Amino acid sequence: MFAPVYLDHNATTPADPAVLEAMLPYFSTQFGNASSRHEYGRAARRAIDDARAQVAAAVGAHATEVVFTSGGSEANNLLLKGGAACLRPGLLAIGAAEHPCVLKPAEQLARRGWTLEKLPMDGDGRIVRERYEAVMARKPKIVSLLLANNETGVIEDIEPLAERARAAGAWFHSDAVQAFGKLPVDFRRLNGAGVHALTLSAHKMGGPKGAAALVVDKRLELEPLIAGGGHERGLRSGTENVAAIVGFGVACQLAVERRAALAALLTRLRTQLEQGLLALGATLFGKQVERLPNTVYFAFAGVDGETLVGHLDRAGYAVASGAACSSASPEPSHVLRAMGVDDELARGAVRVSLGRGNTEEQVAGFLAALKMTVDRLQRLTAMAV
Amino acid sequence: MLKLPIYLDYSATTPVDPRVAEKMIPYLVEKFGNPASRSHSFGWEAEAAVEEAREEVAKLVHADPKEIVWTSGATESNNLALKGAAQFYSGKGRHLVTVKTEHKAVLDTCRELERQGFAVTYLDVQENGLLDLEAFSAALRPDTILASVMFVNNEIGVIQPIAEMGEICRSRGILLHVDAAQATGKVAIDLETLKVDLMSFCAHKTYGPKGVGALYVRRKPRVRLTAQMHGGGHERGFRSGTLPTHQIVGMGEAFRLARLEMGTENERIRMLRDRLLRGLADIEEVYVNGDMEHRVPHNLNISFAYVEGESLLMAIKDLAVSSGSACTSASLEPSYVLRALGRNDELAHSSIRFTLGRFTTEEEVDYAIRLLHDKISRLRELSPLWEMVQDGVDLSTVQWAAH
Repeated sequence: MFAPVYLDHNATTPADPAVLEAMLPYFSTQFGNASSRHEYGRAARRAIDDARAQVAAAVGAHATEVVFTSGGSEANNLLLKGGAACLRPGLLAIGAAEHPCVLKPAEQLARRGWTLEKLPMDGDGRIVRERYEAVMARKPKIVSLLLANNETGVIEDIEPLAERARAAGAWFHSDAVQAFGKLPVDFRRLNGAGVHALTLSAHKMGGPKGAAALVVDKRLELEPLIAGGGHERGLRSGTENVAAIVGFGVACQLAVERRAALAALLTRLRTQLEQGLLALGATLFGKQVERLPNTVYFAFAGVDGETLVGHLDRAGYAVASGAACSSASPEPSHVLRAMGVDDELARGAVRVSLGRGNTEEQVAGFLAALKMTVDRLQRLTAMAV
Repeated sequence: MLKLPIYLDYSATTPVDPRVAEKMIPYLVEKFGNPASRSHSFGWEAEAAVEEAREEVAKLVHADPKEIVWTSGATESNNLALKGAAQFYSGKGRHLVTVKTEHKAVLDTCRELERQGFAVTYLDVQENGLLDLEAFSAALRPDTILASVMFVNNEIGVIQPIAEMGEICRSRGILLHVDAAQATGKVAIDLETLKVDLMSFCAHKTYGPKGVGALYVRRKPRVRLTAQMHGGGHERGFRSGTLPTHQIVGMGEAFRLARLEMGTENERIRMLRDRLLRGLADIEEVYVNGDMEHRVPHNLNISFAYVEGESLLMAIKDLAVSSGSACTSASLEPSYVLRALGRNDELAHSSIRFTLGRFTTEEEVDYAIRLLHDKISRLRELSPLWEMVQDGVDLSTVQWAAH
């Protein structure tokens, strides 16, 4: 049996062996509840404190600014709903291409008296600056924009946008789940520019599923989503997931140590992949702008994305046809729609997201499998017409 | 050789059973896919593991796997059950009933619902910690939409009459939510017969990992909830967020083991607990908190009169025990559960919760008995109150002078 090649690192990543090793004692000998006062409990508390310091250090934040949650979705829900609960309803502005875990809570708020403005994207997947300016003039109370898009990998230059939002009096949040671990993310600097909160997630950067963080400026008042016991400075109750939090901390430390080397590897592989794709006649989305070094989002005219990824899976390559979270909906990607890509081409969208374990041989193998599959599918389409 | 401190705090959390950990590990490394990935084998493999675990959780409590919603733990399950039901059914009524001895996850959520305009009745318990069914029945109003009562109390281990409460609630058209975080693996739970509509579970009190729990949401008759976590629409829209596969696999395996082993395990633990009780019963002026009959076999909660609580905890550092519930023990407030039983502050402060578990040995129990005998008598030797009692002074008649 051959092992399939994993090219879907934006959906999730394997836990690094060092992360796993660090986690294991917290299942067996160091299993205490961090709220317990005895030695088992105190050991668990120390482990969480250490991990909090590691996460904070990785993004240049203070440990007291890190609130652990069960995942990125929860952190985004906490920021939007918890932040909104402390304000009188007003204008909420988010990007039209946000992840569903920002879009859906925002839509919920729109049912509770908030006015929701979805900021339009240009053809490259960035916020249209004039439209942004017009929305800022209406004094939004909360602005939330992805630092890097999970589908296209397009990086938004959020500093000037946050500065403008601050001038308008808004809290500014950025979902940095995909950016963190692939790009340097400096909360102190971003905070200086007017970014008040960032969402990070462990399982997208070599940590375990089940741990994430909202890094938040303490001036930003939040109501907890989960009550009961007052853990995480009252912002998130529930027995801490010690093992996963420890794993998250170690993953953060490794990410910092390895960032330059990883970025170099990913950039090299992505260049190889993109050259291959262009030679095969693919359309690359967001090609003109800065993107994450690991993400390539493309389509072949007349080739259905779902069908293509199915064939690629059978050929031994795991890629995505859209965001992992938005399930098997036949709707074309809302991200591509926001970018003005026509539905037919959007239905062909395939995302390749590279990671630490990938090699040039794997990319070459993928391109060869892709060429065969696309050729065959295009021949079939031609025959059917 | 005994490993010190001896862990007698299994109701705060349990170690992950080595068999559970072994099953979890592959899902962190080679089988690491996102269960929501629909386009490749990594995703399908993870999804299959999640569904297998869902079946195991359902089996332990005789539910349909479709009635199990994954959450991050019992606290989240309780929040989702209470807020989700209250918000969904708020058109029907805005009153809830709960009990003063519930876990903070329920009580704090009720306080939040009060701020949202709901009314909540907090029922007293009897001196033995059990709810009086007539008082419960009398508290239900025409506008009551939900009652929330825990199956097993985390501090005193008493088992509430859930079956009877289910009958009462169902006949009145009121939803019953049960926090069963402390019950799984300790008492048999049969949701085919129990008329319970919502039930909260967590893994880490039953030898599974922290960070995962579940909410049972009855399908027949169908119970509906307003989701509290929005996003990709995971868990049929009840709870969005990437599923932590390894943790879910761990919960499934932990619940499978509980189903297979709880019968024999509970008898072994009951013998150890009774041994502990016998060993401590000959100390003067000790009081057991909570009913001993309707109680899980793991729990013993004892007040040691005429001993100062903090000194006691310091003196028995070789035992990892709790002087209240884990979630509230960071503050020096006397346990509100013991207060609800009518214990005074001094007795509440000087009470110890011993909770035994899968890895507790007879040797450990005997060590605990010896240690407590030794330390209690030493602490009492230093206690002027104890001296007065020995001299026959009735302390309740003493007029204390203010400093």
